[in-house]
Amino acid sequence: MTTEPRKPPPQYVFKLKRALGGKSGWTGLVVQIVFAAVLAWVAYEIVANARANLETQRIASGFGFLKNTAGFDVSQSLIPYSGSDSYTRVFFVGLLNTLLVAVIGIVFATVIGFVLALCRLSPNWLLARLGEIYVEIVRNLPLLFQLLFWYLAVLAALPGPRQSLNLFNAFFLSNRGLVIPRPIGEPGLDPFLVALGIGIVGSLALRYYARRALFDRGQLIRIWPYVLGLLIGLPLVTMLIFGLPFMFELPQLKGFNFAGGSRVIPEFVALVVALSTYTAAFIAEIVRAGILSVHKGQMEAGSSLGLSRGATLRLIVVPQAMRVIVPPLTNQYLNLTKNSSLAVAIGYPDLVSVFAGTTLSQTGQAIEIIAITMGVYLMISLVTSAIMSVYGWRINRSLGA
Amino acid sequence: MKRVYLALTLAAATALSVQAASAQTLKTVKDRGMLSCGVSGGLPGFSTPDDKGNWTGIDVDLCRAISAAIFDDPTKVKFVPLSAKDRFTALQSGEIDVLSRNTTWTLSRDTSLGANFTGVTYYDGQGFLVKKALKVNSALELNSASVCVQTGTTTEQNLADYFKGNNMKYEVIAFASADETVKAYETGRCDVFTSDVSQLYAQRLKLANPADHVVLPEVISKEPLGPMVRHGDDQWFDIVKWTLFAMVNAEELGVTQKNVDEMAKSDKPDLKRAFGSDGNLGEQLGLTKDWFSRIIKAEGNYGEMYDRNVGAGSKLQIARGLNQLWNKGGIQYAPPIR
Repeated sequence: MTTEPRKPPPQYVFKLKRALGGKSGWTGLVVQIVFAAVLAWVAYEIVANARANLETQRIASGFGFLKNTAGFDVSQSLIPYSGSDSYTRVFFVGLLNTLLVAVIGIVFATVIGFVLALCRLSPNWLLARLGEIYVEIVRNLPLLFQLLFWYLAVLAALPGPRQSLNLFNAFFLSNRGLVIPRPIGEPGLDPFLVALGIGIVGSLALRYYARRALFDRGQLIRIWPYVLGLLIGLPLVTMLIFGLPFMFELPQLKGFNFAGGSRVIPEFVALVVALSTYTAAFIAEIVRAGILSVHKGQMEAGSSLGLSRGATLRLIVVPQAMRVIVPPLTNQYLNLTKNSSLAVAIGYPDLVSVFAGTTLSQTGQAIEIIAITMGVYLMISLVTSAIMSVYGWRINRSLGA
Repeated sequence: MKRVYLALTLAAATALSVQAASAQTLKTVKDRGMLSCGVSGGLPGFSTPDDKGNWTGIDVDLCRAISAAIFDDPTKVKFVPLSAKDRFTALQSGEIDVLSRNTTWTLSRDTSLGANFTGVTYYDGQGFLVKKALKVNSALELNSASVCVQTGTTTEQNLADYFKGNNMKYEVIAFASADETVKAYETGRCDVFTSDVSQLYAQRLKLANPADHVVLPEVISKEPLGPMVRHGDDQWFDIVKWTLFAMVNAEELGVTQKNVDEMAKSDKPDLKRAFGSDGNLGEQLGLTKDWFSRIIKAEGNYGEMYDRNVGAGSKLQIARGLNQLWNKGGIQYAPPIR
């Protein structure tokens, strides 16, 4: 008679106990239930209390106000907007303005930050000192102060629209902002865009093919003449066939301001410059720390292979440094996005200014509006950090770590 | 673990104890020994602190008058400077007892904010301030101008209405505080600064060269400015309302800060009622018999308050206009004290 090894009795209850209560077992479970109940009760009390107080004081509540007419105008809007649109539209105008500043600010901050870090690490004494001075000055002054400096001291010093700095009668720089010619679509626009699209897709495919050839067969293919042909030649040919894709509408001084053309308002410029230069100082330190965290043997190995300093950095050091850089870099991106709410100080119409500011004081519905605004910032931040997490995960995977 | 429970209990207790602070404002103020009054952070003529931190202005004086009526002492006021967009939240949350901050009385503000306007301290209207060098004579010539405005004000909406109504284009740049708005106008970011006319005169004084700027003749809106109190405390509403009425009535009756003691002895029936030697009108308000003389002794009548802050006796030199008494060609009018 064969004896089967006795199976241990199924310890369902024990497993459940461990899963729910952790090491403390049932006591832990009870504590958790009590904790959750208290938390729910506190949340309920806060909501119920707020609601009761609003009702007794007869303060309007609910989200019905979002459908009402806003009745005020906004200086910069990415979507068509006028005073007769609703508060919902104001919300999106503000949100897009915030996102615009955040995205452009992040791009500039990253580029400036990387350049600064490389300056600081450079063997060139002057570059290294300049980088150090920049970082130490910019990161140690309050951001609001720098914002006001750019807006009130630098940009406001530009001449008025009638004396604006003029380049080819097409670009005008004044204290009303930068006015540039605006492209206006012509019949040739659609074929031009299609050609451009084909060019981009084709170039990407070529690059992919060339990389496979290099990695699989060790074959070096020169693709840049083809890429040039695809990206510039193809659109040029369509332009010859279908005519110009767009004409430029030149700005002209009419009355107080420029009519025609597109305009970049100084509030936007001041905000982007202040946010990106300020955040760049922090990013520079993060990047520097990341690069220094890579063992210097890697650098020496690179140069012993005959790679230039730049190529060693680009191909060997930075990819490894990115592992260290990405998490704190994410923090800086989040900071920049949240700091963009300082826009209210210089009259840039971001979300806080037009929605949590003007809309709030016109409707008086502080609780709803602040809740929406906080939710939006939370969401922007969570999406940003999710993207950065995925990026960090891919880097770690590609490095096999 | 115990500490966690304690913290939770505390948090819960706090959440519960945040009860509506609406009723019993008078009692709260008396217990505190101080009136909390929301004012503008710096608007000459209405509320502005001097270099020693003393506040002056019509809005400020009204709060002092309320304090005098309650405590017989006009100094028991804590002034809370508020921006245009924070003011209503401060009142709703109970941080201040009365909002006296050049606020325009509109239907939506009277209904949806959980607060009431108690009267009109100053009848104003919206105008435009431009540089003389632009050679603009009328607001109708402002097509395509850049306009600086303070955000969260009725001004911002009137502006949109006016330019739309007259088929004119404009660019609006909205700032959170009056100072930032004026600064932007001064640096040339905008061609026009728009606000209530009284504010335009007041802010013009702050500019480097006031004579280089001119207020255009158009007044494009009605801006009755007045104090606000929270819904739900009618006694407090009455006190704030009748403090202003007392000052207007005093001017009409010829009672001034100087002659208040003599007038108190008068035999005229309306004066006897006001001064409390006849009837118990002060007690009906929840105040004392001498509430009327307390107010006038401390702050004078409406005309004196006007002259000293924005009128002939001030730097602003704004004519009485609409704010003259009803029987002298204006529209300042108070119900009778009886």
